[in-house]
Amino acid sequence: MKNGKTIISIRNVCKRFGASVTAVDNANFEIEEGEFFALLGPSGCGKTTLLRMLAGFENPSDGEIVIDGQVMEGVDPDKRPVNMVFQSYAVFPHMSVQRNVEYGLRVTGVPTDETKRRAKEALELVKMERFAERMPSQLSGGQRQRVALARALVKRPKVLLLDEPLSALDAKLREAMQLELVRLQQSVGITFVIVTHDQDEALSMANRIAVMESGRVRQIAPPAELYEFPNCRFVADFIGKMNLFEGKVAGVSGNQIVVESKGLGRIAVPYSGSAQGDVGIAVRPEKIRLDRAQPGTDRVGLRGRVVELAYYGDESNVFLENETGVTVGVNVANDARKTEAAFSIGDELWISWNPADTLVLTE
Amino acid sequence: MAADMAIAAPTPARRAVRKPRPTPLEYGRKRWLQAVVAANFIFLYFPIVSLIAFSFNDSKRNVTWQGFTLKYYDQAFHNSGLQEAFLRSIGIAVTSTVVSTVLGAMLGLAIYRYRFPLKGPFEGLIYLPIVIPEICMAMAMRSYFGQFGIPLGFMTITISHIAFSFPFVAVVVRSRMAGFDESLEEASRDLGASPRQTFFNVTLPYMVPGIVAGALLAFTLSLDDYVITAFTSGPGSTTFPVKIYSMVRQSVTPEVNAASTVLIVLTLSVTVIAMWIQSRSGNKSMAS
Repeated sequence: MKNGKTIISIRNVCKRFGASVTAVDNANFEIEEGEFFALLGPSGCGKTTLLRMLAGFENPSDGEIVIDGQVMEGVDPDKRPVNMVFQSYAVFPHMSVQRNVEYGLRVTGVPTDETKRRAKEALELVKMERFAERMPSQLSGGQRQRVALARALVKRPKVLLLDEPLSALDAKLREAMQLELVRLQQSVGITFVIVTHDQDEALSMANRIAVMESGRVRQIAPPAELYEFPNCRFVADFIGKMNLFEGKVAGVSGNQIVVESKGLGRIAVPYSGSAQGDVGIAVRPEKIRLDRAQPGTDRVGLRGRVVELAYYGDESNVFLENETGVTVGVNVANDARKTEAAFSIGDELWISWNPADTLVLTE
Repeated sequence: MAADMAIAAPTPARRAVRKPRPTPLEYGRKRWLQAVVAANFIFLYFPIVSLIAFSFNDSKRNVTWQGFTLKYYDQAFHNSGLQEAFLRSIGIAVTSTVVSTVLGAMLGLAIYRYRFPLKGPFEGLIYLPIVIPEICMAMAMRSYFGQFGIPLGFMTITISHIAFSFPFVAVVVRSRMAGFDESLEEASRDLGASPRQTFFNVTLPYMVPGIVAGALLAFTLSLDDYVITAFTSGPGSTTFPVKIYSMVRQSVTPEVNAASTVLIVLTLSVTVIAMWIQSRSGNKSMAS
């Protein structure tokens, strides 16, 4: 799908509203043709503003956006080689599904027979051909979204922009649509740029994810890299769950770093790069093992007391108090069929993990 | 009954079947409240009902019921002065409705769409004709026309009617637009439509129910206006309500009742149409 050709360049883009609000702060990255790219962040982080600048509804205060080799400054939304699926879907309520899908072709003077043919293809693509004569008020949320998708794809854009496309759907439908969007993107081969606040959505769909925080792009990486190697405390905490201890660098030797922290002692972690002073020491809940017997010395180990249990069906979360002062969360897979909990509140256990699973965060 | 028995069957001895008590907000089942509502309805609508009833009264003095007749309708329809006034009223109403609907719709959209300095006070000023006493507005209009030497007649009445009815259209259109999803316009632009195409294909169709309701409102307001019309009409430009009033001053004959009934039916049906259009569009936008 990806061919290494750059389709969108975002160069030093800033967006300020008034004197005090900086919605996007010096965004600088490129999106490749055929990518499924996600802009991920909490609400108010500027991801939607960035998307709207790509669509042409907002103009950058600084910097420039290049789409398909063309500088976008001064180009109106109707002249850009991108199309958008809105959060509210924005399906025209007074037009049938068919008319909605045809709209973008009719207003630009595409011949009638071509319009009909392309609209039919687009509706088939999203499996809505049976609903062509329906009015939007007769459709469910999921169906309306399909119409919005067909209406955008019928224009054959270079890039499809999706603004929180799944947020209005219920959990089951959302999961199904995630898979379907990925399948759709692969079949049409168009670059997708999706905005979402849902990390699961971004991780499961995108090839690459840009994590944003208060206007800044903090990290751009493929999902697994983002999850396993976050570059800062914000990303580590925002993507998935994370146990985060504060510590200090005690020394660097070869490709290892030794960090020290209250309650954990000294840990040697594989690390490349430089670090000194205060650092965050982080470990994912599913990387931690709980034992009643003391684990081997090759593992980072400490004692903890169970203070809270949460049952989720496929897994349980166990929270333990310990001498680091940070309550440690552990994911325990419920991999055997039984109703008794493996641990109960008040149990004294050993918390341990492989030092290689430890993350050292400088930012 | 059968259903009651079916429910009661499992516990026949313990308690008799009884009606569920009304919940605190079930006002419809409170006797005293129903009585108050009934009294209000009688007080408000009895005069109108009796007016309509006595338009069919076969009595010149129209004090006691003498028998059913349609002859006063016939008389009213053949009263050339009344007929002329009626047609003039319709003419004024149509003209002022067209102009005030266009003005009001544009104003409603502008207030919804744009932010500008002193928007609050501006909005207040727009709605002024709705809240200031009609008599003041009438007086102001009359002296204004007098100062500029504009002869009172069809034109001055029409201008006055436009002046007091376009804010109503603006209010209705503005409130219709409150439910508008602006991303519809963005979607239209995004799909390649120009701002002009977007307005005519997306924004205007959404406004239509508001525009129609506002227009019907403007029409009824103009049709039955008395105060402002009386102040701004000149010789030979009597409208229907003004004519009826002058007939009443001579004597209340069933002919006046008949003419009034026609006016009631006309305004009522226009109002019902306006309400129906508004409620229908409300349901639709909720569903979408």
